[in-house]
Amino acid sequence: MIALAFFISIIRMATPLVFASLGGMFSERSGVINIALEGIMLFGAFTAAFVSLSMGKELGFVAGGLGGMSLALIYGLIVIHGRANQIVAGTAINLLAMGLIPLFLKSLYDSTGGTPSLSMDQRFSNLPILFMIIALAGAWFVMKKTSFGLNVSVAGENPEALDAAGISVILVRYQSLAVCGLLAGFGGASLSLFLASGYTRNMVAGRGFMALAALIFGKWKPVPTFLACILFGAFEAVQIRLQGAEGIPPEFLQILPYLATVLVLAGFVGKAVAPKVIGIPWKR
Amino acid sequence: MYFIEKKVRLPAMKKILISLCFLVLTVSSSAWALNVALVLDKGGKDDKSFNSAAFAGVEKAKKELGITYKYVETMDDTAVEATMRSFAAKKYDLIIGVGFSMAEAVKKVSKQYPNISFALVDAEVDHPNVRSLLFEEHQGSYLVGAVAAMKSKTGKIGFLGGMDVPLIRRFAMGFEAGVKKINPKAEILENYIGVTGEAWNNPAKAKELSLAMFSKNVDVIFAAAGASNYGLFDAAEEKRKYAIGVDSNQNWIKPGTILTSMLKRVDVAVFDAAKDLKEGKFKGGTVRFGLANQGIDYAMDEHNKSLITKEIKTKVEQLKKDILSGKIVVPDYYKRNE
Repeated sequence: MIALAFFISIIRMATPLVFASLGGMFSERSGVINIALEGIMLFGAFTAAFVSLSMGKELGFVAGGLGGMSLALIYGLIVIHGRANQIVAGTAINLLAMGLIPLFLKSLYDSTGGTPSLSMDQRFSNLPILFMIIALAGAWFVMKKTSFGLNVSVAGENPEALDAAGISVILVRYQSLAVCGLLAGFGGASLSLFLASGYTRNMVAGRGFMALAALIFGKWKPVPTFLACILFGAFEAVQIRLQGAEGIPPEFLQILPYLATVLVLAGFVGKAVAPKVIGIPWKR
Repeated sequence: MYFIEKKVRLPAMKKILISLCFLVLTVSSSAWALNVALVLDKGGKDDKSFNSAAFAGVEKAKKELGITYKYVETMDDTAVEATMRSFAAKKYDLIIGVGFSMAEAVKKVSKQYPNISFALVDAEVDHPNVRSLLFEEHQGSYLVGAVAAMKSKTGKIGFLGGMDVPLIRRFAMGFEAGVKKINPKAEILENYIGVTGEAWNNPAKAKELSLAMFSKNVDVIFAAAGASNYGLFDAAEEKRKYAIGVDSNQNWIKPGTILTSMLKRVDVAVFDAAKDLKEGKFKGGTVRFGLANQGIDYAMDEHNKSLITKEIKTKVEQLKKDILSGKIVVPDYYKRNE
């Protein structure tokens, strides 16, 4: 019984990470670095909670994805059309989300802290886990079996070839960012509608960056990325279960996910090879 | 026609006159009004707990004393000092720092502006223009600990802290002593959400920690975790267990789930500081709020009336009396090495 509860706890903690890192995969495989995941998730969490309050959780979840998508497309406008530095623009998007949401909250609910809390029937009990598995299967299928998936990876490896074949690199990158925003927005929605009840201030709490780390850990491939998220979820769940146990300081347990990421980035666990032209704006 | 028009215009003139008078009045009154700056901690004004209590204090002062106030919510600890300095430069009369993380900023800025009054919640700064507002959290935690032990069927009780700092350990220590007083064999699980300020804003993790404790047969949890408290309330509602709120009266958030709340009357402390300043009685130094002056208490209202039986209430009131008379000395984390 406790083992089962532990397993479910791992899956729960991993759910927002899986959505966000699969989203990040589309963006980065197409050649666009996405450190804006944190802000996109935050915006998704907010729109999901807002819509769920008035129109129910199902529409709320969808709205979370659409909210994330709209922010991702703004990011796309800056880095694809504006050809801005992607790290700087990504940081700006994160700050934009942190500033915009309190502004909306203030005008909607006269509160800068969060939305009113959701009642039990305005939030999910387990369904987002199923959505997450569907998203994983879908992402895998699209990347491996469809021509769109092929276009995405060529856009990130050899955009000239894509252009020579008469396919617009810009369009493919926009489409990838849209998918990325949708998935990361779902990640945010699963936070506000599933793991918590409503939007609270900065509730993503670094999960966007953790998703990015999982993406690198998973070498930008759907299934390994998913497993990396599960591993990070497990770290968090272990830390939660072991707290209060004698002998292990909680501070040590809390650094485990970050420690693992540093080890991967430093090359101790295989080599992480990024898409070839990642971070370079496309110019014909 | 002309006549009617004239009749319409007259009240209009009157209105303008009245509003002019009003304008003069408001201008003159604001010249006398006290300007208060409230610097809130990371949880923000709507955490419905610690910061909300401070906010309620200035709201009350606005209504009853006619002060004007401005509030800011901390996004970044490093910005607090600059914020306070800018309020001081604008000659605010009273600057209130809410939370222990403001101590360093209050220390520096109050020294630089000795003519401006400061109030600081949860920490001490020894300057003549600073009033430090301290609370005897361990006493209130002891009382809700007793309530938890009397309500628990399994004899397993949880404590969920926000950021792992001495202040929150003080809650935990008092709570555990209260539990053990009622049931010496009770098992207590103690958990903390994190070691940074993010811990006050992470309801998702708070919920997961609470679910983990509930799965180990814990049936009452007391949380002192700011806006993260919501995570516990959600978990308790879903699993049909009991929760205990903190700082503000949180009983109304989920009636039937929340047994009681450990009240820390930051609102009273903040209101009193503004009132004393307005009446010219403001002095620096440390003011302590505890059971004796109702600065610390446990919440009883219509939302938890059905949960707290008469026996429980009588017992808790008895404990309260014993603490006040000195018969019971609640262990204090701050004095653990003495």
